Amino acid sequence: MLKYISRRVLILIPVLLGVSFLVFAILAMMPADVAAVQLGVSATPEGIEKWNEEHGLNDPFLKRYFDYMGGLLTGDPGVSWSSNTPIKTEFVQRIPSTMALTAGTIVLVILLGVPVGVISAIRQYSIFDNISRLLAMLLTSLPAFWLGLLLMLKFALELDVLPATGGGSFAHYILPWITLSTAMAAQMIRMTRSTMLEVIRADYVQTARAKGARPVRVVMVHELRNALLPIITVVGIILGQTLGGAIVTETIFALPGVGTYLLQGIFKYDMPVVMISVLFIAAVIGVINLLIDILYMYIDPRLRSQFVKG
Amino acid sequence: MKKTAGNAPKRRGQFASICYRFSRNRMAMLGLAVFLAVVFFAATAPMFADYEADAVKQNVYAKFFSPGQEGHILGTDMYGRDLFARIIFGARLSLLISLSTVGASLVLGCLIGSLCAYYGGWLDTVTMRIVDIFLALPMTLMAVTVVAALGTSTTNLIISLTISMVPPFVRIVRSAVLQVKGSDYIEAAVAYGSRDMRIILTHVLPNAIGPIIVQATLNLASVLLSVAALGFIGLGVPSPQPEWGTMLAESKAQMRYYPWQVIIPGAAIAVTVLSINLIGDGLRDALDPKLKNG
Repeated sequence: MLKYISRRVLILIPVLLGVSFLVFAILAMMPADVAAVQLGVSATPEGIEKWNEEHGLNDPFLKRYFDYMGGLLTGDPGVSWSSNTPIKTEFVQRIPSTMALTAGTIVLVILLGVPVGVISAIRQYSIFDNISRLLAMLLTSLPAFWLGLLLMLKFALELDVLPATGGGSFAHYILPWITLSTAMAAQMIRMTRSTMLEVIRADYVQTARAKGARPVRVVMVHELRNALLPIITVVGIILGQTLGGAIVTETIFALPGVGTYLLQGIFKYDMPVVMISVLFIAAVIGVINLLIDILYMYIDPRLRSQFVKG
Repeated sequence: MKKTAGNAPKRRGQFASICYRFSRNRMAMLGLAVFLAVVFFAATAPMFADYEADAVKQNVYAKFFSPGQEGHILGTDMYGRDLFARIIFGARLSLLISLSTVGASLVLGCLIGSLCAYYGGWLDTVTMRIVDIFLALPMTLMAVTVVAALGTSTTNLIISLTISMVPPFVRIVRSAVLQVKGSDYIEAAVAYGSRDMRIILTHVLPNAIGPIIVQATLNLASVLLSVAALGFIGLGVPSPQPEWGTMLAESKAQMRYYPWQVIIPGAAIAVTVLSINLIGDGLRDALDPKLKNG
């Protein structure tokens, strides 16, 4: 087990380093007149030259990358280009909001998606199944930002029961959670349903039924447990989409999270801000996927035994 | 849809039966009809409205007309531009961007994926490690990063979306080709002495194309959503071009008093995406009747 975990961690590290190099290389293509943008109208050629020198832009690409990574790995993501303040304090304040948004979304997706998917599969072609399938199809196609605006229009502007924008309290997150989880829950329903349908036809389920196990026990013990692996895989995929989509949802509701920080950084050509935000999201996704892989081992004895032998 | 040139009689039978199964799927046919309607309006947009005069030029005397008012079917926006004209020219723009993105990533994905799967070895290993790195970033985030570096324009949008679409395609093509590669007819072609490129193009790809086409269709829907999402956060097609997501972002501020300004472009996105998803689902069921439970 420990051997598996350490091997998995050893795969994650080069991937994350690769991501950091990739993102750094992409962002290095930013237009060359960044200094002029940051210095504003008062920029003089000497000022620009000085700014470039101070921010290491005159150094060769690889030296810049290693300087940056050296700082990052010792816990210093550098200084913002646009505001000249250390990024660390501001960035750390942004994390809880994004985490609250993501965690709440995942919980909602699982609570909504799994039961509906399971019932849909057990009662295949029933009215419940038909309606849930139709709804799932409709909801996966809804653009999240549109749904967010419509919800805001109804519940914040018309009914005035929830705050429209901003962060801080529980109420501020209700609309963002619904916005972000709707399409994902629909995906979860579809995935759970099709996995359950495969499992229901398996021989061991027939055996369990033939032995006279109660229907609830068949569903919970024999079917759901075997459908769990693909369902957990979907949770991993959804987490990636949630964090990727956070930038859009946070923009709609003006949440003070990593996504809005990233977007501000982009509009201000603030390379270190963009860099840390993207890397943070990639790292979180990488770590969660690692945890999911480890969870597989706990859930599926087949995977465990396979590894013990090898 | 499916191109199956070459081995004619048997393949045509399969193709016809796929068409038949697809046509029996009511939801898929509905999706196809709606999608063709969107394509029709996108293609014939200049017949209904003039791009410069109706969709781009501002008119201070015609602000915020309600739908139906003074001959504007869907009303006008805060700059007095006809919404219907903007929606149909927006369809043009959205379809153009998403189709070229999916087309480009399909070609690149097929090329890289099939070469990796066919030859294997270090080429495969190195490419797949690079793909792993790309896939560690969610698609939206990857596209946003590239746009941040290149700046906002329609071309840069296509480039950034293509870069974020190619790696998943490489994965899918690779696994589809790997499944076909071990078949007897490929071995026969090798024994016959066909050139590698010919084997890949005439034997491997046509037989592996099913899952690839399904994925391409579903990806078309997600690219369409991404185009609108990037437009919405201000990193997509720059205004005054009538892109649906950009239109939503512009109308957001007036949402309280003029809700249809937000409802109409969003509905256009949702309907188009839904129609494509229905087609994709129908294609998947038609190509693989065994899987018909999703």
